[in-house]
Amino acid sequence: MGLLGDPTRRAIFELLARRPASVQELADQLPISRPAVSQHLRVLKDGGLVVSRAEGTRRIYQLNPDGVGALRTWLDGVWGDALAGFHKAAEAAASEFDRDSGVNQEEGS
Amino acid sequence: MTATEPIPPIAGTVTVGVPVERAFGLFTGEFTAWWPNRYHIGQADVAEVILEPHEGGRWYERGVDGSECDWGRVLVWGPPHRLVFTWQINGSWQFDPDPEHASEIEVLFAEEGPGQTTVAVEHRHFDRLIGGQSVYEAIRGGGGWPLLLQGYAKTVANAQ
Repeated sequence: MGLLGDPTRRAIFELLARRPASVQELADQLPISRPAVSQHLRVLKDGGLVVSRAEGTRRIYQLNPDGVGALRTWLDGVWGDALAGFHKAAEAAASEFDRDSGVNQEEGS
Repeated sequence: MTATEPIPPIAGTVTVGVPVERAFGLFTGEFTAWWPNRYHIGQADVAEVILEPHEGGRWYERGVDGSECDWGRVLVWGPPHRLVFTWQINGSWQFDPDPEHASEIEVLFAEEGPGQTTVAVEHRHFDRLIGGQSVYEAIRGGGGWPLLLQGYAKTVANAQ
């Protein structure tokens, strides 16, 4: 499993891609506890994808701003999903095509 | 530190059961139908993803609130076999209009047999996105690179 192989970790990464957030803000948007969010954030930080900064009493997490690495990692997942989506759409298009030509086959048999 | 190593491209292929013209048309003309709509840059949810079908055309999202957000430009429009376009979103998740900072996506469509098309995607030139030492360090320090690539390979394999 890669850093973003875990679906929850990927969800956290994508939330942070939209905007920086605290642990609580992330936990509010996910069906997991604060400690679980913290644990995933630690893995993402250790992997260099996420950095944090103190803001008053809170700690704010964001994607690593030196983050072409982070960007590429995200795009890795994007293309995996996108090609799966393309495959699905193409199969739907193919079965429409079959159905259309199926009319002729039935007439011919 | 030695010379900066290029960031490896992302490559993936998928074989679909439609003729090459249809595969090209679906990929370019019906982006919204297949692009996972959770992947976008704008603040609003995505209503449409559009790739304008000509050289220099825009690749952009239109949000449900009508706002538009650019992703890149079409460099090569070569139906039904080849498409090259750019991804120009920088590390701060903003569109960077400088073509020198554009990563590039090449898509090749090859007919494998009657009604069978292989679509090969290569996303490359990540080093152009921001460039420099920090990128190299991010990769060196990341540690999980081969694992990430394996994860991607698995995702693509599962998709087939």
